[in-house]
Amino acid sequence: MARDTSYDAVMERRAEIMSKALGLDYDEFVISDIAFDYEGMMERAGYSLEEVRKIQAEAGVGNTPLLELRNITDLVRQTSKKGYGARILVKDEAANPSGSFKDRRASVSIYHAKKLGYPGVLAATSGNYGAAVASQAAMKNLGCIIVQEVFDSRHVGQPEIIEKSRKCEAYGAEVVQLTVGPELFYVSLILLEETGYFNASLYSPFGISGVETLGYELIEQVRSKYGKDPAYVVVTHAGGGNVTGTARGVLKAGAKATKIIGASVDLSGLHMASDNDFNKKSFTTGHTGFGVPFATWPDRTDVPKNAARPLRYLDRYVTVTQGEVFYVTEALAQVEGLERGPAGNTSLAAAIALARELPEDEIVVVQETEYTGAGKHPWAQLDFAKQNGIIVKRGDPKENVPGKNIVIPEDFSQISITEMDLNRMRRSYIRNAVERNKVEIVTEKDIQFLAEDTKTHAEFVISILRDLGVNL
Amino acid sequence: MCTQIYSEVISVTKECKEGDWVEIHYIVLEARERTGDIPEDTQKVPLECWIKGWAVEEGSLGEKITIKTPAHRHVEGTLTRINPEYTHTFGPYARELSTIGEELRKALKEGN
Repeated sequence: MARDTSYDAVMERRAEIMSKALGLDYDEFVISDIAFDYEGMMERAGYSLEEVRKIQAEAGVGNTPLLELRNITDLVRQTSKKGYGARILVKDEAANPSGSFKDRRASVSIYHAKKLGYPGVLAATSGNYGAAVASQAAMKNLGCIIVQEVFDSRHVGQPEIIEKSRKCEAYGAEVVQLTVGPELFYVSLILLEETGYFNASLYSPFGISGVETLGYELIEQVRSKYGKDPAYVVVTHAGGGNVTGTARGVLKAGAKATKIIGASVDLSGLHMASDNDFNKKSFTTGHTGFGVPFATWPDRTDVPKNAARPLRYLDRYVTVTQGEVFYVTEALAQVEGLERGPAGNTSLAAAIALARELPEDEIVVVQETEYTGAGKHPWAQLDFAKQNGIIVKRGDPKENVPGKNIVIPEDFSQISITEMDLNRMRRSYIRNAVERNKVEIVTEKDIQFLAEDTKTHAEFVISILRDLGVNL
Repeated sequence: MCTQIYSEVISVTKECKEGDWVEIHYIVLEARERTGDIPEDTQKVPLECWIKGWAVEEGSLGEKITIKTPAHRHVEGTLTRINPEYTHTFGPYARELSTIGEELRKALKEGN
């Protein structure tokens, strides 16, 4: 008899479907309703750094060049106070097989799926991750389905996402193109059940351990070339996996003083699940619409416990505007000879402002670039914005209003960052952990977990819990 | 010349044969079946889906047909495109970006 595929019936079966599709029992890591053994999960369910390096070397992933941006560093020094302006380096992740760091994430999941004998893999993503999964699946001769949120109700799609559909199809994947809405998850569950495919989730321990090599490699490269550790590693932040994996790799390389700084494009005021707002943004990832909710409540994904936990690792979280990222994308092509996709340059825009804080002898690493192409290109994206009623102009980026305008800086000196209040986000995460898990009494183990998960200490967590009126 | 002929061919093709690469469309959830946990504007419209694959039967645009997807699933939907092409481009010239390179090269030169 055919299974009931109504929304409610499928969501009812979600735990069973997810568990089959990951081959991973999360129960063994559960400590309480709030706490779980995160490091135990990463250690026992994921792969060691050495294993990941081997898996990725075989798949042609990683070992990307670390490039010094000499002209951009010059421009930073021209717009800094005397003696300031750190050297900016960029990890050219566009050199991976499908053109982004997401190959690192996909390679481990696909290796694992193959090892466990799954007939294929599925990923729900409108980002570069889809192409990465499709590319890695093609290498391993596995079936592949990518579920994407592509269109608004007028059947109009972001050129950047249309390009990602094309790229997945180029690798032989089936691409399921949906209109806006969180029910993408429901569609993915039906497909996982129907096909018996592996859920190549962005948020499994496999995916996150795949990114650790990025942090590890960049520290090795900086040390061997410059004989020191970078002061800052700037990471484009969306769902949290890039921050988490990179930071873990940086720590595994022993660079304990290096600060991990997340950067997102400011899309405040736009609702990510809104049909009207969907095409009012030019960035489909690396923005606050993912960055904030995924940090303040990571366990909202397609796995029971998210391995991407950005607040565990973030030292700072900053935002830049869409116009600044387009400006920097143009600058990277024009004065560094590197034509790369805009979304990956979010962290570069932030790094320019951050490098001004540091003396000249310090190093700031931008840990990714991504490929560019038709659709994933400033011209295509600005044109699309204009068609959707967005005003595009040169001006002061401070005039930026997401969904209304895109202000391209008039001058390099205008590139700046806005600091997000991490303590406020930590507080919001702690509140979510208590409320969403419907916890009445918080134990000492919970407090310890929440302190680790927010990179704070017990006193901080206790003071917030008291504020919230929670029984301790 | 070739491009023009190709586009003429695809625009006049209203029927597909078995084995043609096509696109189908179907409604996944009607508006009333959607989750309540979404913004009002999204709640008012259905969740729609488009998938490409090889036609397993003949069909005309607007008719129900079944396709075999690259993942070897058989899916039924309304035939929307035959030999679907990608139409996204690098976009027209963006005036707002056009002088940035010159400005920065000038600054680099003067700074040195």
